Amino acid sequence: MESIIELKNIDYHYRQEEEAEPVLALNDISFKIKRGDWIAVIGHNGSGKSTLAKIIDGLLVPTRGEVWIDGQLLTEESVWEARKRIGMVFQNPDNQFVGATVEDDVAFGLENQGIKRDIMVERVQNALKRVRMDEFMDREPSRLSGGQKQRVAIAGVVALRPDVIILDEATSMLDPEGRQEVVETIKQIKEEENLTVISITHDIDEAANANRILLMKQGQLLKEGTPKEIFAYGRELIDMGLDLPFSEKLKIALVAKGYQVPEDYTTEEGMVDWLWTFNSKK
Amino acid sequence: MNKLLLGRYIPGDSFVHHLDPRAKLLASFYFIGIIFLCNNIASYFCMFAFTILAIALSKVSVSFFLKGVRPLIWLILFTVILQVFFTKGGETYFEWGIFSLTSLGVQNGIFIFCRFVLIIFMSTLLTLTTPPLSLSDAIESLLQPLKRVKFPAHEVSLMLSIALRFVPTLMDETEKIMNAQRARGVEFNEGSIMQKMRAIIPLLIPLFVSSFNRAEDLALAMEARGYQGGEGRTKYRVLHWQMKDTSVALVFVILTAVLLLIRS
Repeated sequence: MESIIELKNIDYHYRQEEEAEPVLALNDISFKIKRGDWIAVIGHNGSGKSTLAKIIDGLLVPTRGEVWIDGQLLTEESVWEARKRIGMVFQNPDNQFVGATVEDDVAFGLENQGIKRDIMVERVQNALKRVRMDEFMDREPSRLSGGQKQRVAIAGVVALRPDVIILDEATSMLDPEGRQEVVETIKQIKEEENLTVISITHDIDEAANANRILLMKQGQLLKEGTPKEIFAYGRELIDMGLDLPFSEKLKIALVAKGYQVPEDYTTEEGMVDWLWTFNSKK
Repeated sequence: MNKLLLGRYIPGDSFVHHLDPRAKLLASFYFIGIIFLCNNIASYFCMFAFTILAIALSKVSVSFFLKGVRPLIWLILFTVILQVFFTKGGETYFEWGIFSLTSLGVQNGIFIFCRFVLIIFMSTLLTLTTPPLSLSDAIESLLQPLKRVKFPAHEVSLMLSIALRFVPTLMDETEKIMNAQRARGVEFNEGSIMQKMRAIIPLLIPLFVSSFNRAEDLALAMEARGYQGGEGRTKYRVLHWQMKDTSVALVFVILTAVLLLIRS
């Protein structure tokens, strides 16, 4: 299968001050993302995850290397074309809300593309229905909860019909309930439209939804693999300042009590099965 | 923080509520203009009759309009008293140094009072029956012709709508910062003027800094959603100029004609 996003040897430097030594935010990053994949990028603060997202969307220009979006090299000319294919949801729900009401905000991206009004109205309604916010059409942002605002941001992206959605820590400022809501919404839309999702996250349960996890550390791509492969590192991840899924934490606690547990990563259901058989063996 | 600042809009379902915001905005300005045509009792009576009709059509309770006058009452009285005691002419009732009470003075005082009240009533009617959002739409639409003289109409209206959208957000944040600073022992509204001013600093600086951060985030989000400026954009909100808006314009033409006839 062709890859929709391809990064080749990306470096990114920034200078804090004019004379200061450039700080290397990204160091020789290369990877490919297949159409329809769900990729989670994890890493502790300052590992370059958000910089990576901005480089993919052309909001930052890499110091070295090439970004290819669906077979096209990202340049100053092609960047607007690329942004039509990529929808981005940012961290702070308040600061990315452009419109005065919910429907205005969803329409903002469509207005930018110069889409005719009657098509716009239909798409806005459709997108809001998708995220179950159609009852709140004429609400102002100050009267919405954080999770609802993020769902509006997703609707704004969905209305543009992109191929790729990038979630730049989109759930990090939400409560557990809002987080669950947003992840479920994205999951559903991804299945229906065969989207590619890149989610940058600290939330390990969100990362467990992914097909593939990219683990970043100090601007480098440290490890890459399925959630199973990544979570099997167990302790190492905790040492890097990351969290583990509940089932892995349970395993560590059991090992500390002297039980024999399976080495590789298992989901919560897997653990329940194992505990059940373990109990009957006795 | 009172949220009455801009949100004085009262939702309703009346003739005035359903008018095109452009018509209402232009009509209010025009009304303020033609008030200065009035110079006798008949013409003021005519304007009052018109204003009362407009208020009745809006179905908004009169108490809101009286509340609109209240904060300005001292300014109005001050101006009226100046007019009454310093205007000379007509029959003199009383004189003491530079002060004089004359029939012309009393008449002028009453006229000024009426002028103030009429202007306040009309502008209150505009804000009570038009949501701020529609007003900004109206301003944008009315600014369009200025594009020919290189006036950045799109940019101004975008700034206006973003500003309106962030008013409640920034209000909430102000309150949050105030409470946070109170928790750390900052006392607002206490002490001498200097102390009060100094207490504002721990509120103002975080608010500024966070506004910069917000602006940066917002600009990034807008760019990511394909915003490239006003060129080639379509509009989601459209205003419809209907028959009743034209009829309001006609009523104003008639009103002007009547005023010109009866003014002395």
